[in-house]
Amino acid sequence: MRDIKAQEITKTVSRLFQEANFCLASDVMASLKQAREAEESPVGREVLDRILENAEISAREKIPLCQDTGTAVVLLELGQEVHITGGDLYTAVNEGVRQGYDEGYLRKSMVRQPYSARANTKDNTPAIIYTDIVPGDKLKISAIPKGGGAENMARLAMLRPSQGRQGVIDFVVNAVDEAGSNPCPPVIVGVGIGGTVEKTVMLAKRALLRKVGEPNPDAEVAELEKEILQRVNCLGIGPMGYGGRITALAVHAEVFPAHIASLPVAVNLQCHSARHKEAIL
Amino acid sequence: MVKKVMLPLTDETLESLKAGDNILLTGTMYAGRDTAHKRMVEALEQGKTLPFDIKGQAIYFMGPSPARPGQPIGSAGPTTSGRMDSYSPRLIAEGLKGMIGKGMRSQEVKDAMQKYKAVYLAAIGGAGALISKTIKKSEVIAYEELGAEAIRRLEVEDFPVMVVNDIYGGDLYQEGKARYRVD
Repeated sequence: MRDIKAQEITKTVSRLFQEANFCLASDVMASLKQAREAEESPVGREVLDRILENAEISAREKIPLCQDTGTAVVLLELGQEVHITGGDLYTAVNEGVRQGYDEGYLRKSMVRQPYSARANTKDNTPAIIYTDIVPGDKLKISAIPKGGGAENMARLAMLRPSQGRQGVIDFVVNAVDEAGSNPCPPVIVGVGIGGTVEKTVMLAKRALLRKVGEPNPDAEVAELEKEILQRVNCLGIGPMGYGGRITALAVHAEVFPAHIASLPVAVNLQCHSARHKEAIL
Repeated sequence: MVKKVMLPLTDETLESLKAGDNILLTGTMYAGRDTAHKRMVEALEQGKTLPFDIKGQAIYFMGPSPARPGQPIGSAGPTTSGRMDSYSPRLIAEGLKGMIGKGMRSQEVKDAMQKYKAVYLAAIGGAGALISKTIKKSEVIAYEELGAEAIRRLEVEDFPVMVVNDIYGGDLYQEGKARYRVD
């Protein structure tokens, strides 16, 4: 057994949410620069220039990249040989969110009763936490401040198995087409295929954590990603929807076995401000 | 070419703006989003006055992150405008001339814009740090208890936007997409 202090977890979560909101990761920056070179639309190129300039200002002056500093999504990979001391895990994570959003001057965007009063919880808690138990004695924490605009464009379909590969492609492309300018393109398209209703949505969300443009290790899935990306970038939506070639920076698909009766597909879009930060304790 | 435009928008300015124009706004605008819109439309339905005179004004769909000490505002990019679609036609009828946000508007909003001569402008979503540099002053003028969703009066200088919907029915989202779509 290895001890990890709850306090350490709180400190780490606080730091990760601040860093994620001020500094775009190098893979995202590289992908945006590549998009800037590839974009044919002059207006699209200008948008990408401003997005890159925004990232510089944000990192330099610690002004959040986007005013929507997100729902605090936290993915945990907890080694089964870890023993947490001095408090419980989820309280520690939520305390980290509370501290990070306060210290970093991040916007508090959570409302308690979503269908009626919608009163702000004032500290951006509760975090949305998912935990996987894995071998080992470490704790991996992924902090994902997820913006509302792109999240609202998520789609789910329980396709008929007969719809197959083409059905999956058409559904995903159509989801991006209908989202249009709303999710702040160029987007990263997270796709989940298979599992059960909630599993496929989780696959789509987790797909967004991959380095931008890194293909799925399975060659067949990688080929599917390539084909969807090509179709999406023929839609003409372009950066911020003003028209252009680069509607998506990447398509990331994750696949899981499914029931003989089912072919679930989920699409979770990530805006160009693709913020997430990881740490291993 | 980038055009400089003064706020509030005059009739002459509104007539000169075309979908696809790249413009820089200078002057006074108001910021408000979901809950502020809901409250304003409720006030009108109850025969009450709005917290500010909306005639001729522009509203920026934006809820900023908190300002650091010494700064006028925090990160201040646009939110998705579609959520204001159910409220905007009422405010346009009341004299609102400009809306600034990002993302598509409904046909009802576009019809109201043509009927009453109002425009929809888009700022770059996810560029809140950059945009914050063009906001020189920010003051909460109503619904303070809503925090980020309160109504603010903003003084802006060279605030960058694109004209998406002009008063003639032009639509940059449709025109831009059609230009680059490959079937």
